[in-house]
Amino acid sequence: MRITLNGAPRDLACHPAARLLDVLRQECGLTGTKEGCGEGECGACTVLVDGAAVCSCLVPMAQVRGASITTIEGLGDDHPLARAFMDEVGAQCGICTPGMIMTAVTLGPRPSLPRIRTALAGNLCRCTGYEAIYRAIRKP
Amino acid sequence: MAVPESPTPNSHSPAVGRSVSRKDGLGKATGAARYADDLTFPGMLHGRTIRSTIACGTISGIRRDFDPGGFTVVDWRDIPGRNVVALLTEDQPCLVEREVRHQAEPVLLLAHESREALLGAAVHIDYLPGTPLFDPEQSPRSFKDILIEKGSVEAGFSKAHLVVEGTYRTGHQEHVYIEPNGVIAVPEDGGIAVHGSIQCPYYVHKALVTLLGDAVTQVRVVQTETGGGFGGKEEYPSMLAGHAALLALKARRPVKIVYDRVEDMAATTKRHPAIVRHRTAVDRDGRLLAMEIEVILDAGAYATLSPVVLSRGAIHAAGPYRCPNTRISARAMFTNTPPNGAFRGFGAPQTEFAVEVHMDRIAEALDLDPARLRDRNALRPGDSTATGQVLGQDCSARQVLRTALRKSGYRRKRKAFAGTGRGIGLSLYYHGSGFTGSGELKLGSRAAVELTATGVRILASSTEIGQGTRTMHAQIVADALGIPYEQVEVAQPDTGVVPDSGPTVASRTCMVVGGILERAARELRERLGNLPPEEYFRRHGPVRVTGEYEQPGWIRWDEVAYRGDAYATYGWGCDVAEVELDRDTWEVRPRRLTVVADVGKAIHPALSIGQIEGGTAQGVGYALLEQVTMRDGVMANAQLTNYLIPTTLDMPAVDVVLLENPYPGGPSGAKGLGELPMDGPAPALVNALRHLGLDLRSIPALPEAIMEAACGSP
Repeated sequence: MRITLNGAPRDLACHPAARLLDVLRQECGLTGTKEGCGEGECGACTVLVDGAAVCSCLVPMAQVRGASITTIEGLGDDHPLARAFMDEVGAQCGICTPGMIMTAVTLGPRPSLPRIRTALAGNLCRCTGYEAIYRAIRKP
Repeated sequence: MAVPESPTPNSHSPAVGRSVSRKDGLGKATGAARYADDLTFPGMLHGRTIRSTIACGTISGIRRDFDPGGFTVVDWRDIPGRNVVALLTEDQPCLVEREVRHQAEPVLLLAHESREALLGAAVHIDYLPGTPLFDPEQSPRSFKDILIEKGSVEAGFSKAHLVVEGTYRTGHQEHVYIEPNGVIAVPEDGGIAVHGSIQCPYYVHKALVTLLGDAVTQVRVVQTETGGGFGGKEEYPSMLAGHAALLALKARRPVKIVYDRVEDMAATTKRHPAIVRHRTAVDRDGRLLAMEIEVILDAGAYATLSPVVLSRGAIHAAGPYRCPNTRISARAMFTNTPPNGAFRGFGAPQTEFAVEVHMDRIAEALDLDPARLRDRNALRPGDSTATGQVLGQDCSARQVLRTALRKSGYRRKRKAFAGTGRGIGLSLYYHGSGFTGSGELKLGSRAAVELTATGVRILASSTEIGQGTRTMHAQIVADALGIPYEQVEVAQPDTGVVPDSGPTVASRTCMVVGGILERAARELRERLGNLPPEEYFRRHGPVRVTGEYEQPGWIRWDEVAYRGDAYATYGWGCDVAEVELDRDTWEVRPRRLTVVADVGKAIHPALSIGQIEGGTAQGVGYALLEQVTMRDGVMANAQLTNYLIPTTLDMPAVDVVLLENPYPGGPSGAKGLGELPMDGPAPALVNALRHLGLDLRSIPALPEAIMEAACGSP
């Protein structure tokens, strides 16, 4: 099966029902995507599939054939959101951070607070109470 | 609130008091940080735990319905040392031998190369079931009894203008660190190394040495990046590490065990449910004359940390108030449920919930404003607590109260909200910093600083679990040495490398371990003379200075009589909660929380505010959302689909105000901070509901409970 992974074509030999999350972490070695609950509630495994933020623990590989997938590693080491999360202490334990950032990238520049809160409602954070995450995403 | 600006760092500006860049910020924001499940080792197997499915009874047989090829199987007979999880009381087996005391108790361990084969293996356990005990009030067995007495409550009650009584209940709470428990045990050099998501590496080390006995020549415990702890990775990792180590020793290969969410929630520790009874005498003006308090904790089936959780709960049970006559009796009771354990606040959120809701009921009975009642009774410097500890100038109860009233506009809103769908309530609270009484002396913690080719490295077993340990320790050491923050690195906690700095618990990592590091760094500075560390290293080679805990000379504590200086200092907090109630669905929407916290000194203002915002969110969940439903002695809603923690849409705006009334014994005046914000939100929210006319005395205050309080049972 061929997908585009972080901008490059990638051929994978995997079971069609394998979870995208497991394929990314185990086959592709992209461990920045995390598993928190395995049932689409916590959002720690959020990646972009053709630009949309999805929980990769809920996606079987058969559904992403030919799709373009972006993980936290695909944003590189100097993404403005990563920098803003650093500067505003948007990451405490950091386990939810990749998923938070992958959801946040879909919001575009300078989103309003209500829009951020709605978009991130599927990304759980147990450390920050979310305030520092809002500060990071709203940072110009 | 806005995070204070970080000025551009230079070699001369002090790091303490500035929001410097987190040491671990980049790795966490780019996904490069490596957590336990991100690690693999050559030849690694996966491990699985087979658990009991009854709450009480004995095992009569175990049948394995799978092809044993490729499997490593471990039961209690494979334990080379002693079959206990060594902590306070050695009552809990690492693997069940015969007697089952709770559901989800570990019985058998399996390992296999393939996760699929592992999950497919069927094991049947036959039991002779017993009669389980689930009600702590009916339990004949207590793990610990505590009595704290001051003055004469009888004398106090004889002078009462009014006596107010009440019973308050709090439920279990699950930690929901977003990274479940996980470890990897790796055989090495005649011994074993365990890498994992761990709060207290030396607790795990002690447990492994006891469990493995002479079968290993050395044990090493290494903390990987840890995705949240909150107390939930204080004791259970000792059990989990033992399991992985037993499998790895038998298989002679590395073994990884990572729990899924369901197993983590069903099997590991939670916050103790509590029942707290108050009987209080007050005079005409609302001054407290006598407080009689009974605390019952549901400990579960083994002692774990329950005796010390009970201790902290009991000491905080009378709240931050002056009362000449106090009697607090507290017990932690056995039940046939998975053991409860450490969770941020450690017994205090339960008892402070009770006393703070009770204070509002006293105010109501006297027709007095709750804020006025608190102001009248709040502890002042020179007053004594329930244990007889005389407080110094670092007592800030009235400052936090008055600041919170002003900042939130409490008085104006209290009037304006009357008769609307909105309510406003408050809580006043405190939290002892560090281990209780002589606990720190017994720990005898050590931490070190050493020279490197580029600067200085910190060696401490304090773990970074999100709260900012690495960053805050590096700030303290940088300033004590007079070098830039960037020149200080922090060693990964590895018991083969770092000394035992005590556990990362009890709001002690900054105040206590930070204090040890500050002294060690000052001593190192003396040694360096005028040379920069890297230059001294180049000329003279390695130098290491190890600091040890020194107890302040004034601390007196009698742990039998429970009298004296329970804590070196306290953090103080006041929360004002504003809520809106939907009188059709009975849902509560918190609108704003104002949190004023005296932390002594904010070493890193943004991290300090982050601790308060995060702890407040856990408190909001505790108050309004988080219900553990127990069925046959095990959590029936062990998934994030029906155990709900606050999302972005559940959290109100949180206004944080930091006060800095220093504790002279802490680094730059810092007090404990991490647990403090857990104590306040639940009573403040329930008191805001009381302002709406709802008499609630237990949490979580789910819509069903609020509806019942308003409309009676259907």
